[in-house]
Amino acid sequence: MTLTRRHLLAALPALGAAGLGVGFVRMLHGLNQGHFDPRAINTPLTGRPVPDFPALPPLSDTPSSPPGLTRGDFQNIKQPILLFIWASWCLPCVEEIPFIRHLATSLAIPQSSHTAPLALWGLCYKDHPTQAAHWLEQAGHPFTRLGMDREGQAAIDWGVTGVPETFLIMPDPQTGGRIVWHGTGSLTDTLYQAHIHPQLETVP
Amino acid sequence: MKRLIFALLLLLFSIPACLAVDTPDEMLPDPALEQKAQQIGQQLRCLVCQNESIEESSAPLAKDLRHIVRLQLQQGRSPKDIEAWMVQRYGEFIRLRPSFSAVTALLWLMPILSLMVALLLVRRLWHRSASAPAPLTPEEHRILDSLLKKD
Repeated sequence: MTLTRRHLLAALPALGAAGLGVGFVRMLHGLNQGHFDPRAINTPLTGRPVPDFPALPPLSDTPSSPPGLTRGDFQNIKQPILLFIWASWCLPCVEEIPFIRHLATSLAIPQSSHTAPLALWGLCYKDHPTQAAHWLEQAGHPFTRLGMDREGQAAIDWGVTGVPETFLIMPDPQTGGRIVWHGTGSLTDTLYQAHIHPQLETVP
Repeated sequence: MKRLIFALLLLLFSIPACLAVDTPDEMLPDPALEQKAQQIGQQLRCLVCQNESIEESSAPLAKDLRHIVRLQLQQGRSPKDIEAWMVQRYGEFIRLRPSFSAVTALLWLMPILSLMVALLLVRRLWHRSASAPAPLTPEEHRILDSLLKKD
């Protein structure tokens, strides 16, 4: 049988379908591994400096409450910051509690020398102080800084589309903190190992 | 029947009102400025319910963004500035009408491209049917004659 133009034309859709199939399999594989999230929104802030945002007050004025959050706090950071955007009224944030609790306790014990010490900061989105305090209690008071964004205006400056979201910020004296990773949805151990842990190893 | 048509017509005219903001107190007192705000808002994607504009959506974030559009309009900022402000925070994805760039060129040029391909195909088909069939070879003439003689 000789190969005619007709054969080649008939092979074209088959090849197209095969290409699509390979693409879909790769997408599904990425979904399982946490590399690909179809609902993830383009995150233009990744790779850019920390945005300007209005200064956020602390949860309360008592000395036991962590200090609030301002743009200036990122200016002279010496360690990577993991910033959690959360609210007590959001179910995925409640589901996130065990992981945050686990992460905070594991960070409290001395780290191996080749990973940078990570600090956990929080931005509480449109929440009531009493309910936020209850969430913090359950999470074991994980944050060393916590800003209350009552109106949700600071979250818009961060490009937040919904809680929970997480930002990894690296120290950068020139720009005053650089965002290297932005995740939407609950942070899990899988995501942490895939995206955050490798970044910490690159810090000298 | 007449009543039904009237009701349907009423429904038709009530749709634009549904596109507006949730509560009247969100709207600007100046109707011209409010209309401008709605035009901008209809071009911005609600990032919570991703196939709606912020003018159509009742998500809290859409409400906040609507408020920001109106606030910035009152401060005298242009629609272009406001869109740039949104894109800086949420990326190109927030535009319901993507801007023309190297990435979106194929998307924007697709209608023209497909029209050109269609015209080319039509031209080819036209020419094929118009051209007369090739004359018979002597061999074909011989076969035809022998077939005709059979009858």
